[in-house]
Amino acid sequence: MDSTVSILVLAHVEPDGALARPALETFTAGADLAKQLGAPFVVGLVGTDTASAASIAAGCGAARVLMVNGAAFAQARYATDAAAAEAIARASGAEIILAAGTSRWMRVLAGVAERLGGCIDTHITRVVAESGTVSIARWYYRQRIEGVTSRTARPWIMAIEPGTHEAFAGAAGDVTAEPVAVSLPELRSEVTGVRSPASGEQTIRPDAALLLVAGAGWTKKQADGETHVPEAESLILGCLRASQASLGGSKSLVDLSGEGQAVLPFMTHLNQIGQTGSSPRHRKGLATCCHGEEPHVVGWRFITERRAVNLNANCGWAQGKTDVLYVADAFEVMRKVNEKLGKASEDRPREAGRS
Amino acid sequence: MSYHIVVCAGIVPDPLQSLEPVMGPNGPGLKNEMMLPAVLDPWAGHALFEAAHLAAGHAGSRVWLASLAPKAKLQQVMMTVAQKVPFELVAIDGPASGFTDAAAAAAALADAIAAIPGLDRSKLLLFGGWESASRAAGATLQMIGERLAITDQFQGVDSLTIRPDGTFEILERIEGGRHQVSTCAGAPAVLGWATGHLHEPANNPQLGMTNMRTLMPSLQKARPAAVPMGGTFSAAAVPSQRRETRVVKDLSPDAIAEEIVEWIRQ
Repeated sequence: MDSTVSILVLAHVEPDGALARPALETFTAGADLAKQLGAPFVVGLVGTDTASAASIAAGCGAARVLMVNGAAFAQARYATDAAAAEAIARASGAEIILAAGTSRWMRVLAGVAERLGGCIDTHITRVVAESGTVSIARWYYRQRIEGVTSRTARPWIMAIEPGTHEAFAGAAGDVTAEPVAVSLPELRSEVTGVRSPASGEQTIRPDAALLLVAGAGWTKKQADGETHVPEAESLILGCLRASQASLGGSKSLVDLSGEGQAVLPFMTHLNQIGQTGSSPRHRKGLATCCHGEEPHVVGWRFITERRAVNLNANCGWAQGKTDVLYVADAFEVMRKVNEKLGKASEDRPREAGRS
Repeated sequence: MSYHIVVCAGIVPDPLQSLEPVMGPNGPGLKNEMMLPAVLDPWAGHALFEAAHLAAGHAGSRVWLASLAPKAKLQQVMMTVAQKVPFELVAIDGPASGFTDAAAAAAALADAIAAIPGLDRSKLLLFGGWESASRAAGATLQMIGERLAITDQFQGVDSLTIRPDGTFEILERIEGGRHQVSTCAGAPAVLGWATGHLHEPANNPQLGMTNMRTLMPSLQKARPAAVPMGGTFSAAAVPSQRRETRVVKDLSPDAIAEEIVEWIRQ
């Protein structure tokens, strides 16, 4: 083993003591990097109850598990999370620190790098060690350019983009986690809760297999010369409910509310994908009533299988970018899709009952 | 209650431009970078509009826009931005490249902010975009906050409400399309904005004229800052995205739906 390199994997524990998928993906990334470097790795856990997570870390091959426990660390708050991460990093003496690019860690990791006098890269999709040199791949200019870089400065914090690695799924192991003392500043902030979208409908599901992308065409005049926004709303939400898909919107659609046009009430800027929106990672993507060129396509880059329903066979959004382009009216197609998805969900319990 | 709001905002290539990376002796850059039309970074732009809105509602508040960018390009962008909302410019003459190091950019910005005459740190709200459209790392603002000793930081902010007692309620984007709700005792704080709720203000040429009277001296006095590359780059490329598209023109909606549902189930 190369004892000159030390690796720390940081993870925050969920309120129920479990590790979320992004944390397990980072365990995989950390274990892989440690194996490539022939170096040991340490896991640092932050949360209220870290016992279960510590066992998983041991099963993943962690040589040591450090933990910061306590009620103050249940909250995703900058002051406490930064202090915890800093304390664990100093206790581990790690030169390379990996953490999942969750909203919680992304809030604090750069500040922690500043405190440690180190450097940071975020949204990392790949970590590789060759001949002892570690390099990372990430996207620049909002997913338009991919770069590969290495650094000599240490410690080097790496925020791993969720969805880019396999989640660790091995057996738990035995370990005695070591508590780390944290010195907290005066706490002036408090997390008071989580608020869901006003519509009450969950439309964003990061773990969904399918991303349904809705374009501005849903709110435009149809063949009869009229708009059909209520039906569009019903069809889109119906498909989301039946398929448990996540919903993405083009910028033009989510911007409509600012232009005084008919809008889909559940569609907000949080649904926006593309260059000025998010870049969700899903196995499949189905685009409906969309059109557009390069600025929007970046939102598709991380969708493995892509299909589109569009009235324009020559649409630049679809040609060369989707695997299958169905030239048809999205209203008619999605009506039928929902019927068939509904029938399928009705059939499944009956089939289960027969077996 | 008044606030001293400093908005950190870079400039980025117009999103409609095609970008092509080129490798130079020090690392990658964009082909014809100085020729590309530039705009104010979109999320930082939202932060600026939120800052102006907040300042307008709290008498005695001031808004500064701190920007690290090539002076000439920054001046071009300011011609438009100055017509949107009132602010004072803190210009730093340096690269706006997305390939530069966040820590070095943060150091240059933090030094410039700390040197703002009349800035009251106890009233300071440090605003910016939660990510830029260039480096897109979501790192610079936190580092500036640390350098200015601000430990109340919020990222992906969509809403800031100042309550009657002067405390803040803040909504931050978290996973699953939800918002985390936090309270904060008040300034100083760092807020990295997502989209917020305000729309881009219409151009106001009269406001532009007023702003430019202070912007031009600031641009002329812009101190140069050396910002190195963010590591040693071995590659920078636009990946090929061309796919062989199967165009299906002659199927009924029912048949298309059948195919789609089968694909979803796989």
